[in-house]
Order: sequence, then structure tokens, then C-alpha cells
Amino acid sequence: MPIVPKSPPQPPRVDRPTRREVLTRLGLAAGTMAAAGALARWRWDKGGFGQHHAEGERQVRDFRIKDDGGLDFAVVTNGSAEQLVSAALAAMGGMKRFVSSGDVVAIKPNIGWDRTPLHAANTNPQVVAALVREALWAGAKTVVVTDASCNDPGRCFQRSGIWNAAYEAGAQVVLPTDHYFRTLRLAGEVLDEWPVYTPLINANKVINVPVAKHHNLSKYTAGMKNWYGVLGGRRNRLHQSIDKSIADLATFMRPTLTIVDGVRVLMRNGPQGGNYDDAREAGTLIASIDQVAADAYGCRLIGQKPENLGYLAMAESRGIGTTKWESLRHREIDLSKG
Amino acid sequence: MSAKRSDPELESLHAEPIRWLGVVGEVPAIDRVTEVEPTKRLHLRIVGATQATEEGTARRSPSDVRCNAPREEAATTRERSAGRPTLFRRIFKKRRRSGSGIEARVGIRALVWLRRVAQLGFFGLFMYWLVNTGFRGSFSSSEQVIRVGKPVEGFLLADPFVAAITALSTHTVYRGLLWSLGLVALTLVFGRVFCGWICPFGTLHHFLGWLLPSRQGQGAKRVEANKTKKWQGLKYYLLYASLAAAAAGVVVGGVFDPICVMVRAMGLSVLPATQWVSTHVLGLAASTNKLWLQNAADKTQDLLASHVFTTKQVYFHQAWFIGALFVGILFMNRIVPRFWCRALCPLGAMLGVFAKFAVFGMEKDHAKCTDCNLCLVHCQGADSPQGGVKWRQDECHMCMNCETACPEDVIKFRFLPGWKSRKTELVPERRTAIASVAAGAAFYALHRQSDSSAAEVNYTSKAIRPPGSVDEHAFLERCIRCAECMKVCPNNALHPAFMEGGLEGMWTPILIPRIGYCEASCVLCGDVCPTGAIQKIDETQKMGRWKAGAEGKEWEVAPIKVGTAFYDKGRCLPWSMATPCIVCEEFCPTSPKSIYTIDDVVKDRNGNDVKVQKPVVDPALCIGCGACEKVCPVVDQPAVYVTSVGETRSKTNIILLENSSYNQKT
Repeated sequence: MPIVPKSPPQPPRVDRPTRREVLTRLGLAAGTMAAAGALARWRWDKGGFGQHHAEGERQVRDFRIKDDGGLDFAVVTNGSAEQLVSAALAAMGGMKRFVSSGDVVAIKPNIGWDRTPLHAANTNPQVVAALVREALWAGAKTVVVTDASCNDPGRCFQRSGIWNAAYEAGAQVVLPTDHYFRTLRLAGEVLDEWPVYTPLINANKVINVPVAKHHNLSKYTAGMKNWYGVLGGRRNRLHQSIDKSIADLATFMRPTLTIVDGVRVLMRNGPQGGNYDDAREAGTLIASIDQVAADAYGCRLIGQKPENLGYLAMAESRGIGTTKWESLRHREIDLSKG
Repeated sequence: MSAKRSDPELESLHAEPIRWLGVVGEVPAIDRVTEVEPTKRLHLRIVGATQATEEGTARRSPSDVRCNAPREEAATTRERSAGRPTLFRRIFKKRRRSGSGIEARVGIRALVWLRRVAQLGFFGLFMYWLVNTGFRGSFSSSEQVIRVGKPVEGFLLADPFVAAITALSTHTVYRGLLWSLGLVALTLVFGRVFCGWICPFGTLHHFLGWLLPSRQGQGAKRVEANKTKKWQGLKYYLLYASLAAAAAGVVVGGVFDPICVMVRAMGLSVLPATQWVSTHVLGLAASTNKLWLQNAADKTQDLLASHVFTTKQVYFHQAWFIGALFVGILFMNRIVPRFWCRALCPLGAMLGVFAKFAVFGMEKDHAKCTDCNLCLVHCQGADSPQGGVKWRQDECHMCMNCETACPEDVIKFRFLPGWKSRKTELVPERRTAIASVAAGAAFYALHRQSDSSAAEVNYTSKAIRPPGSVDEHAFLERCIRCAECMKVCPNNALHPAFMEGGLEGMWTPILIPRIGYCEASCVLCGDVCPTGAIQKIDETQKMGRWKAGAEGKEWEVAPIKVGTAFYDKGRCLPWSMATPCIVCEEFCPTSPKSIYTIDDVVKDRNGNDVKVQKPVVDPALCIGCGACEKVCPVVDQPAVYVTSVGETRSKTNIILLENSSYNQKT
């Protein structure tokens, strides 16, 4: 038999855990493993690029009133901003036809650019203020005035004069801050999921108040193009297919009323202008339930023809409105003729 | 542990004797539940001895603690729960004064409180001005001329270091910098009160030095840390090097100016990071589907956006580096209290020079001193307040802590004190001081001969300076890198240069249009510039004005150009991809537009006709604002970009023979 060397005598174990201790410790170890396993299984990623697919219902925001046989379209010329607004609304049946008591009304002027009222790159502040007063008089609970500007919003809102005028008239002026944009699915021809500026859609009634302007790419912009201000995100991609983008937006947003400010219109260097003589006094205001008709009429203010505007035909073929404004119940009012 | 020995004295004290472990000094841990790791023990705070621990004098001897281990533990647990020095107690505790317990004079105690109020007030004022360095617009105004309206650069205007370096480089004192004379006068009367009472950066260090000393930074270690050190002379060398570089022609010393550091780090790094965090935390509410929570979060975000931050998140070029340096400097307080103020601050050094002649100061009665070191525990400047050595007047922050702490009536602050026990060491080592001056001057020369200098040649093309900037040579003589212009810029267009303007141009402002463009009608950067590197221009100077009747042909006032835009036709959609675009033209703010378009019909790959408008820049009209570059849909490397060439301020960095702003008939 081989001699196995004896191991040296082991000292007696002094620190022996109790049974309870052993069970607790084993239990803790097993519990930790189980928890780690459960957590990993719950968040197990089986690979793939995680490409986001747009899903959900197509969103449309329709703020129009029911057809009540009233006037669809009115044009007022030759007056001050306040006169034009009150005459146009009176012709259309008064603001009470559009705004009910207790409504939240969103007014969407063009406050896109760091320009002053004389440059005519933004909506005339007096027009906006007059509309705010009319809406409040008609019983609106709150009137929100806002836009997602192109330039720095603080400068645009103040220098356009709209912030002050709308505030004085009693509106709640909201500055576009990042957190107001929430993604919605427009499911249009070119616009699918986009961040949408929520203060403009969280309302009972929406009044679109664009200014009539020249635009090098889309020739003339007012009502339908004004909905660019409802989008956030990288709007600069929209120009690659500007007519379709405009038509998509007009499909998504169906305002209660479109008021085109033609008090002073931008004739060239649009959409910003920059010199006072880029604009001219036109003393015109268009009020329309049909946004396509408003743009079809308005383009003559800068010497354009509806045939040259691709987005009008597109919108008409989609049934958003008609370019033949004469076919609507309409009135033309010249204030200088009493 | 094997050797065991009993200690009869200890055994008689305790019912259950503690084993004598036979180890002297540090006691190793024993695996017994009743005993606690002794190293931790030593640092337990015990009320009664607490002030002492804090003040570093009578601490229980280690052997005391060790021997009483079990009983002590019970006692400390009880005391900890009952009497742990809360913030409230730390401030309002009744001090049991050591030694003779002579109270400091009421006036001095009041002054210490006044100092705390002043520190808080000035820090608040600094932050108020900082968050208001910008334009937010107002419902109450439709004013079309926009200025900041508050003296937000006030701390910089009162900064004699800024005044001195710019005066050495330009031989003039720019506008509001005359205010710095006030601070010089204050220092000549009261010493470095700016450091101890006013400076927002100093206050931050004071607070953190009080809040987070490490375990090694308390008690006797703190006394040691607060003794005057040789390396405190470093700041004087930094001062002399800055002055020499300034005299040569570059005010790079602004990198170290404490107010510049505060504006730069707080404005470009800390506030934007806070904005980012708050947006993301509050943004979580949006995903909860709880309407009240969303509304509350939205309201909070509105409030923050309209009063503290901006409507859009701001990003600054390489600002992480500025933030990291800032955090590092603040962290040093854990090891050496007020490390920045003592070792690095060139403004502190400069005020030290004036403090040498201060009328108000300290007088010591060395005979009364019992070496209790209480003065040193609370000393801010490490200026030797204790008896037996000479007081360093140039190092003292005039915080008055030493006199309040002194229980023996040794220290007295008074007007026209005796000068026997005071000294200054403004030139600690003459040779090092001379070497610093030489280094400062060499810094200038070495940079001007290298290709990175935007002043001599501009090979980087990235140094697009803000509108209204003076010529690059003069610019480097004036720009103290305070970052006011970057903070005020409404479009997040101005950024601290990293190496774009060479090392000498580090943290000077450059325009990065990809992040933000220069708003055509905005003149705020010049409005807040304290040194005139960016001049105070008005809207007409910025945008120009056509001669009446000759619009688009002849300028009455030519606009200020900061650069020129160029097309990268290979990346441009209409030029090379048969896709309409011209967002650049839409955003071009000049009138007539500097970008015009050429109508063309091109074929796509299927042979279909596509109508496109191809954009072209007119260099005579382009002002280099970069709006085109910002909005170009080719995101990563835009198809239109701006470089500095053609800038109004330069006589060399230009393209055109005619129609350039230089040599133009006016």
C-alpha cells in the first residue's frame, strides 16, 4: 500500500453558519439569479434594427361648421384693417355663426419671420386683434394666438406686433416651445408622421389668418401654405414636393374660417421681403369657409393666376374645395362705395 | 492576533472585558458584531466634540475611542439620532467658545453676516443677469428695436483685470470698463473684499469648500490645508504672463478671468445641461396619458422656457470641455479649499497688488495667541491669520472669519493698522516672474507665425466672427472669451471656438451656421460685448439701407458681412439630383435676395422632365448670415455653407474687386 501522507490536522471550524443562515444565504443567491434572469428575459432583444413603422389611424382635424345656407365667401376692399374684418364677418353672418359660447378658439396668423408689419411678411397685427375681439365677443372661452415660427419666435412674435396686439385684445399668446410638438399621423401623399404643434389643434374652432405673399417656389402663398406653421420637425424637406405637402396639410387641417389678410401684400422677395417697397397696400380682406377658394381668389393680389399654382388643382381634385369661387355663395363688398 | 494579554485596568472598567489585541495604533477589524471598524470610528461626529471635530482642535484621542468601543457605539447611535448637526444646527448652534472664550466684537460678527448676505445677493444678481442674457420678447411691447435692456455684462465691466489687459493691448479703456475703477478704489480701501464678498465664482468656492471637504480635509488636516502655501504664488505668474501677452497683442488671459469662467461655464455648459435634463424629465410626463400631469409638466416647461431657458434647447460647440474643467476646478475644493482663488485666479492676484496699499486691515497681538488654530480652520484665503507669523495682506479675502473665530482677542481688523506683522509677496520668485512675462510674450509671437492664426492668414475658414466684430488683430486684442455674445445669441449661432482660430483664439466666438444662423436684424452680441471686440452697431448698420430710388443698386449704408455662402453643387438637390428645393432661397433675409435661381428643366433617370430652380449666390449681396446653411435639407454636410471670406471687417479676407465692402465708394 502506498503511503498516503497525512494531511495536517485541521483546526476545528469556529465560524459555522447555522442552518437558518445557510438557507437564507442560498435563498438570496438563488433570488438574485432569478431576478437577473427575469429582468434579462423581459428586456431580451432578439436583434433587428428597430425600424419604426408608421401605424395608427389617419388623423384629420375638421373644424368646419355645418352647412347652414349662409355665405361661403366674402371679399371686402378699401378699408382699414378693423373695418375690413368687421365688414367681412358681418357679411358672412357674424362671428356668432362660427364661434359658439364656451369655445376654445385657436387663431393661426403667419408669425413666421423676424419682420415688422410694414414688411408684410407676417399677418397684420390689427387684423389679428380684431378677430380676437370678435371671437371673445361671440362668447369664446379662450382665444389662443400662436404659430410655429421660422425665425426665433421671441423676435417674430414681438417685432411682428402680433404678440402685443393680440394680448391687448385679450388673447392667450403661446410661444412655440419644443414640448408642444407631438407626433401625429397625417397619412398624406408625402407627409406621414410629423410632429404637430398641439396648441393649434387642441381647440374647438380654428381660424386661419394668413397674409397674402409672393413665394418663389410655390408662386403665391396664403391660406393652405400657412399650415406649415402647424408642423414641427424638419420642415425644410417639404419643399422637395411643395405642392403635395401643401395639399396634404390642407387635407389634415380643415379650418372653421380662412381670413386672408390682403391689407398689405408682399409682391416680391417672398416669403420674407426685407424692404418696405417689396410690399404694396392692397386694402383687401378675404373671408372664406373654403380655403381653396380663398387662395384661388387671393393670388390675383400679387398678379398670379390660379392655373399657375399646382397645389390648388391638387386640392381641388382631392375635394378639399373649389378654385371657382364664383360658384360659391359669395359677396364682393367695396367699402369706398359706401 | 494570537498573542493575548489582559489589561487589568480595562477589565475593571467593563463588565465584559475586551480582548487586548496587542496592536498599537490602528486597530484591525475583528469579526464580532459588537465592534465596529475602528477607522470609521475615528470620524464619527460626537456632539459636544462636534464643534471641535469641525474646528479641528480637541478631538478625542484614538485610544479613548478604541477602549470604549461597545459603550461608545451605543452612545453615538443615540446621539447621532438625537443631535446630529443638521444644517439648521450648524448655522444656529450655540458656540461654546474655546480658550478664554472672548467674543469677537459685535460689529465684526455683524460684518460676517453682512458678508454672507452680500455673497448670496451678488451670486443671485450674477445668475439673474446671466439667465437674462438673451432676448425673450414680451407681450407688453411691439418695440421693433431690440436690445437686452439690462446691464447683464455688469460684473465684467467692474472687472479691473479685464480693463487692465484690454488697456494694455488697445491702449484704451472701452466704454463701461471705466466701472472697474470702482473696484480698484474699493480694494484700495478694504483689500480683496471682491474675492470674499462679491465674486460669484468665489462664493461658489466658499460654499463648496464648506459643503464638501473630504475626510482628509477636516480637523487638523484642514488647518494644515489653510496655511499659506508656496504655490499660491502661481496666480501672480499667471497674472504677469497674461499682462505680457496682452501688451504684445492678445488678451488670452480672459481664459482665466473668474467672471469669464463663470459666464462661460454656467452659460454654455451648466444651464444648457440643466435645460436638457429638465426637458427630458418633464417630457416623461407626456408619455403618461395623465392629462393633469401633462398639463402640469407643460406649464412648468413654459415657465422655464420663458424665464430661465429658451424656447429651443441650445447646444454649444465642445462645451463639454468647458463644463469638465469647471467641475474639476470646483471639485478641487474637496482637497484644498478655494484652490482656484488661492492658486489660479489672476483677478485675485491683481486685486492682491492693490490690497497691498489697502487702508483697512488686520492687526495681531501675537502675545495673546495660544496657537489654537481656530482662525486657520475658517480661513478662506490661506493668508496666515494665526499669531506668530506675518499676515499676508495680498492673500486675504477679508471674510472676517478669523476674528470671529479667535477666542483670545489676538486678531483685530481696523482702519490704518500697524504694518509690523503684515507682508505681501507679489513677486514670490523674481526669476519665475520674469520667465512668466517672457512666456506670455512668446505665446503671442509663436502663434502669430503659425498657420493657425486667423489674424495673419485664415487657412481654417471657420473663424466666422460675429457681426460688428473689429479686424482680427484688434479682435484678439479685445476678446476676453467671456461668452456673453454666445449666451445672448437668440439663434444659438455663436459658439466658443476650439481650435478654429488657433490656440490664441480658443473660446473666442465663431458663427456655426449649421447649428444656428445669424438673425438678420439682431445686434445683441455687440450690445453685451464688454470690451468692444464686437462693436455696438444698430439695425441699419447691420442690414444696410439702399439709397432712396436706387433700391437694389446703390447702398446708402452698406450692410455688415460676416462671410459668404458657397454651393456644393454635387450635394445640392436641384443642381445634381433633379429634385426641387430652394429652401435656402426662401430663408435668405436680404432684399433683393442674395440667392437667385436659374430655372431649368432636367431629366430624371427615367427620362422625365423635372422643372427645377438652381440656386446661385450673388457674393456682392450675400452677408454670410448662414440662414441658407442652417435650413439646407442635406443635414450632415450641407450643400450650401458659409466661410469667412468677404467679411466686412477685413482688408485681406475678401473676394471681389468691385462691390466689396472694402474700397467701396460711399
